Amino acid sequence: MTVKYTKDHEWVKLEGADVAVVGITDYAQHALGDLVFIELPKVGATYKKGAHFAVVESVKTAAEVYTPISGEVIEVNKGLETDYDLLKSPTDGWIAKFKITAADELAALMDEAAYQTYLKTVD
Amino acid sequence: MKQTPLHSSHLALSAKMGEFAGYDMPLYYALGVLKEHEWVRAHCGVFDVSHMGQITIGGEGALAFLNSLTPSDFSKLKIGAAKYSVLLNDNGGIVDDFIVTHSDEQSYFSVINAGCKDKDIAFLQSKLPENVTLTVHDDYALVAVQGPEAEAVLCQILDITDLAELGYMKMAAFGDCYVSRLGYTGEDGFEISIPNHQVDILWNALIAHPSVKPIGLAARDSLRLEMGYCLYGHDIDDTTSPREADLEWVMAKDKISAFPEPTRKRVGIILTDKGVAREGAEILNKDGQKIGVLSSGGYAPSLKQSIGQGYVPVEYAVEGTEIQVNVRGNNIAAKIAQMPFLKPKTKITSKTGK
Repeated sequence: MTVKYTKDHEWVKLEGADVAVVGITDYAQHALGDLVFIELPKVGATYKKGAHFAVVESVKTAAEVYTPISGEVIEVNKGLETDYDLLKSPTDGWIAKFKITAADELAALMDEAAYQTYLKTVD
Repeated sequence: MKQTPLHSSHLALSAKMGEFAGYDMPLYYALGVLKEHEWVRAHCGVFDVSHMGQITIGGEGALAFLNSLTPSDFSKLKIGAAKYSVLLNDNGGIVDDFIVTHSDEQSYFSVINAGCKDKDIAFLQSKLPENVTLTVHDDYALVAVQGPEAEAVLCQILDITDLAELGYMKMAAFGDCYVSRLGYTGEDGFEISIPNHQVDILWNALIAHPSVKPIGLAARDSLRLEMGYCLYGHDIDDTTSPREADLEWVMAKDKISAFPEPTRKRVGIILTDKGVAREGAEILNKDGQKIGVLSSGGYAPSLKQSIGQGYVPVEYAVEGTEIQVNVRGNNIAAKIAQMPFLKPKTKITSKTGK
């Protein structure tokens, strides 16, 4: 399944027809540095596209994570409660899974090539 | 933006730069904030703090002038010894906090906060008696060398052996350089005041040493926060009195009563539940009523917990009092804690520890 990206450095990919998995990109993690806390959303909470649903904190800053797609949280990555490095994992580094109703929201997001091009325009 | 004489060195090290008090300063280097913090606690870090102001108050009236502008008494301060104090405005509020070193018979050298430099100099000049002079050392840079290996490192680099003899809060001259055994990290360490044109030689020698890493302002902040030190403009300002700021220890006994009994006090706060509370977070009592705001706050790498400082009504300023802090709408359990949060490892040479 293809991965899509936001300008705020979240990634999202579909699992089946109506489940979206969301995490943050390597670029975002590198910019933040070593993490000291991750605030996860609650299962059952619903978010509109662009709403902040999680917070990742490093020593120097707290960064809000925005959902790239509207939906209801159906699972959070419990492993992140104790192991912040897990976020770096290409396979297990997701933050939350959303049950979505409007998969077409994904169409407006960047694909891998577009995101790589976008990264060249940000510091 | 203003630059320190070491600006190009920071760029060469690919530091993440950011604005601080009008200067383009290194926030962190390749190691990252967390590992920089840990490196200083375990080994030795070097900080460019040349953005800070360096001044000398001199002349026949210098001692009386200092005694009139601070709540401290400098008359017993020996030549070569340093003392932490605060400059006070006419209302008893804190203009700046500074360390004053009795550098010569009638001279007092002081390092002032970068963000307060212009204000302090204008303030001092407005009060300056005829028999006092104020000299601003714009021609000097300032480098802090901090950590348990600081003494060994500096002895090697400066090729001297007698640094071990230099006590805590003492200053010695080495040629054109002035080395003071003090700092803002709680570790043993030194601040070196050195002519601008020589500072890159010292800096390069330091960062080439295997025990030394360059450390940015972000880790400088987390290191000082663990020690409960004040950051001017955050934990103290023109409206806080030294008694409110819990700085009675810098006050001369006979001056304390001139200040009203405080109704609020600066306290340390430890989060007992997970989360990170930062400056501006509301402090609540157990019942959820607002009792203050965090003046500083963040993650303490040495404690693996979050800590902060803030002002609360005196009835809450008791170690162990259970409180809460509000972070993004969630109330996180916390308690009032003794500061420093971490035992200082500064070199203690006198029996009183002062």
